[in-house]
Amino acid sequence: MARFELGDDSVVVVIGSGAGGGTLANELCQKGIKVVLLEAGKRESPETFVNDEWAAFVQTAWLDKRTTSGSWRVARDFPNLPAWICKTVGGSTVHWAGASLRFQEHEFKTRSVYGDIAGATLLDWPIGLADLEPYYARAEAKMGVTRTNGIPGLPGNNNFRVMYTGAKRLGYKTVHTGRMAINSRARDGRSHCLQIGFCFQGCKSAAKWSTLYTEIPAAEATGKLDLRSECQALQIQHDASGKITGVLYADKDGRQHVQKARVVCVACNSIESPRLLLNSASSKYPDGLANSSGQVGRNYMRHTTGSVYATFDRPVHMFRGTTMAGIIQDEAGHDPKRGFAGGYELETLSLGLPFMAAFLDPGAWGREFTRKLEGYAHMAGMWIVGEDMPQASNRVTLHPTEKDRFGLPIPNVHFDDHPNDIAMRAHAYRQGAAVYRAAGAREIHEVPPYPSTHNLGTNRMSARPQDGVCNSFGQTWDHKNLFISDGSQFTTGAAENPTLTIVALAIRQAEYLADQMAKNAI
Amino acid sequence: MKRILDRRLFLRTAASTAATVAVAGGTTVIAASNGAWAMTLSAFDAATARVLLVMTRDLYPHDMLGDVYYAEVVESLDKKAKADPRLAETIREGVAALDRATGVPWLQLSPGGRLEVLKAMETSPFFQTVKGETLVGLYNNKLVWHHFGYQGSSAEFGGYLHRGFQDAGWTMQPDAEASPPPPA
Ligand SMILES: Cc1cc2nc3c(=O)[nH]c(=O)nc-3n(C[C@H](O)[C@H](O)[C@H](O)COP(=O)(O)OP(=O)(O)OC[C@H]3O[C@@H](n4cnc5c(N)ncnc54)[C@H](O)[C@@H]3O)c2cc1C
Ligand code: SF4
Repeated sequence: MARFELGDDSVVVVIGSGAGGGTLANELCQKGIKVVLLEAGKRESPETFVNDEWAAFVQTAWLDKRTTSGSWRVARDFPNLPAWICKTVGGSTVHWAGASLRFQEHEFKTRSVYGDIAGATLLDWPIGLADLEPYYARAEAKMGVTRTNGIPGLPGNNNFRVMYTGAKRLGYKTVHTGRMAINSRARDGRSHCLQIGFCFQGCKSAAKWSTLYTEIPAAEATGKLDLRSECQALQIQHDASGKITGVLYADKDGRQHVQKARVVCVACNSIESPRLLLNSASSKYPDGLANSSGQVGRNYMRHTTGSVYATFDRPVHMFRGTTMAGIIQDEAGHDPKRGFAGGYELETLSLGLPFMAAFLDPGAWGREFTRKLEGYAHMAGMWIVGEDMPQASNRVTLHPTEKDRFGLPIPNVHFDDHPNDIAMRAHAYRQGAAVYRAAGAREIHEVPPYPSTHNLGTNRMSARPQDGVCNSFGQTWDHKNLFISDGSQFTTGAAENPTLTIVALAIRQAEYLADQMAKNAI
Repeated sequence: MKRILDRRLFLRTAASTAATVAVAGGTTVIAASNGAWAMTLSAFDAATARVLLVMTRDLYPHDMLGDVYYAEVVESLDKKAKADPRLAETIREGVAALDRATGVPWLQLSPGGRLEVLKAMETSPFFQTVKGETLVGLYNNKLVWHHFGYQGSSAEFGGYLHRGFQDAGWTMQPDAEASPPPPA
C-alpha cells in the first residue's frame, strides 16, 4: 500500500470509504491517480464480523451522538440515532442488504412529471436515465448483481416464499428474488451466498459486495491508494481564491494533521457530508463550503419506509437466508390514481429476535407486546421503500451547543413526513397486509420506520447553481476542485434502494475527474 | 421439552415467595428457594433486587421463561449501577417512588395494580432505564432464543443453505424464474 506525504498536493483526497468513496477511490487508482482515502472507522474483515445483531452494531455502526427533531417517530423512539449508518472501512456497504435496482426514467424528471407539489422542493436531475445507463451497466458488472450479466437470481428463502405466495394470489406480476449484489454463484474470487442470514451484520462469506473486500483491495493492488483508517476529517481548507487546498483530520490518537490535496471528494454519507461542509465555514465562507445556494444540508430524504410483518399458523423462520432477496415491483411506477406521486418497492426483510424486540413496536411493553413477539418463528416480514418528497425544512444542521470529542458541533437531523409520504405509506401498509392475508396471515403488524438506512439529498445536484450544491458530475458549483461523491448528491430519491446509483455516479465522476485533471482544468 | 420444564420451573419459582438472602462483605446473594437461579449483587440491596425482578417480568412477561433470565437482567443492571453512582441513585429513587405511588409497597399490589403504577411512571428516567436494559438484556440472551425459535449465529454451521432456508412447505412453490435453484 502506498504512503503519500502530507504536503503532497498532487493527491486526490477522498473522505469516506463506503459505496461512493470506496468505489471512487478504486476507479481513480485504476487510472493511475494517487488517492489518500480518509476513513473515520476501523478496518474489519469477514473473519472479524459476528453473527450477533447488537455486537455487530457496536462493532461497525456510527454511534457518535446525533440529535433529532421534527414529527417523525424516529425522533421520539431513537432521539440520538436518526440513522443506521456504518463507521468502518467499507462504510455502510458492510451492513447493507445488497438490493441493487436502477432508477426508472421518470424518476430523473420528477418536477416535470409529478408537477408542482405543495411543500415539496422537487427538481429534475441534471441527467437522465440514458446518461447513467452505461455506468449502471458497469456498476452491475462490478458488483455482480443477480439477474444482470447472466448471473442467476438467488434461491428464495422462506420469507420470500411467503411473500411470493401472497403476491401471486393477489395478482402481482413482478415478484422474484430481486437484483442483488450478492453472489448466487462464486464470482470475482468470492464465495456464493451460504444463506447465513446476517447480511445486516457483515457478510462472513463475502458473497455480498462491499467496498471493504472488493474495491479497496483492488485499489491497494495498484500501489496508488493510501488508506488511512481511523482518521476523521474535521475541516476542508481553501485559499484566498476559494480553491480547496487540503483536509484537516484527526488520527486514531487524536493527533491532527493537514493533508494537502489537488482535489477533495466528500463521501461521508448524507449526514456527515453536509456536516463537514458546514463545519468548514471560514471568514470567506461563513455559511460553510459549497453553500452559496444555501442548499447544503437541505432536502434530506430517507425514503418513505415502514415494514409489514405478519404472523402465520405455520412456521416461517424468516431469519434463515438472505435478508432482502425478495421483491414485488408492481407498485414502483408513478400512478397518481393511487392518491400520491411516485411509487414504492416491497422487499423482504427479516430481523433477528434482539432487533425485532427493539423495532417491532418501539416503546411498547407488556403482555400484548410479548404475545406478538412469541410468534417470532411464525413471522414473515417485508420492507417498504418508496420515493419521499424533498423538503427544504428536512435538514441536517449543526447543533447550537453540543460538540463532539474534537470540539465540533454535532449534527441535528430534522424530518417531517410530507402528506405525499403519509399517503404512500398508508397505501403500502394496506398492500403489504393484503399480500400477507392472501398468504393466510393470522395477524398483521404495521411497523414504523427504523432509523434511516437510506440517507440522501443533502448536497443535491442541479442544472443551475442556485438550485443545488453540485453539477451533474458532483462537482460543487462554488469550488471546482471539491466534489460530492455519495448519496447526498441525489436530486430526488426515487423508489429504488440507492446504492447502485451511488456506485454508478462514482464511476462516472471518476471518469470526469481524470479527464479534468488531464486537461489541467482542476 | 425444555420449554415445558422451564414453565414448571417458573410456576414453582413464582409460587415460592421465600427466596434465600445472604449478605456477606457488601455482596448480596439472592437464591430462588428451589435452586433454579441465584443473583449476586453489589450495588442493590435484596429488596431493590426483588422489586426489579418482578418489574422486569411485568415489562416483558413471558410465561415460558423462568425467573433466571430476568435475574440476569437485574444482575447486569446491578453491575452497571456499581460503576455508575448516578444510575444507582436513579434506581434507588425509582424503586422508592414505586412504593410511594399508592402508599402500599409495590410488590404487595395486585398484578393489575402494579401495572397501573408502572404505566403512570412510563416517562420517568427510572422506568426508561429499566425498560431499555430489559429489552436489550432479555432478548439478547442467547439462552432465551430457542424459546422463540430463533437460531442465532449460523456462519459456523455453514449458514442455512443446507439447513432449511426453503423448508416452509406450506407456501407455494415459486417458479424457477422467480426463485432459481441454489448452486449445486
Ligand atoms: C442495514 C442496512 C441495509 C441497507 N440495505 C441496502 C440495500 O439493500 N440496497 C441499497 O441500495 N442500499 C442499502 N443500504 C444503504 C447503503 O448502505 C448506503 O446507501 C450506501 O452505503 C451509502 O453510501 P455512501 O458512500 O453515501 O456512504 P457510506 O457507505 O455510509 O460511507 C460513508 C463512510 O464515510 C465515513 N465518514 C463519515 N464521516 C467521515 C469523516 N468526517 N472523516 C472520515 N470518514 C468519514 C464513514 O465512517 C463511512 O465509512 C443499507 C444500509 C444499511 C445500514
Ligand atoms: S445470506 Fe448470503 S449475503 Fe447474507 S450474510 Fe449470508 S452469505 Fe452473506
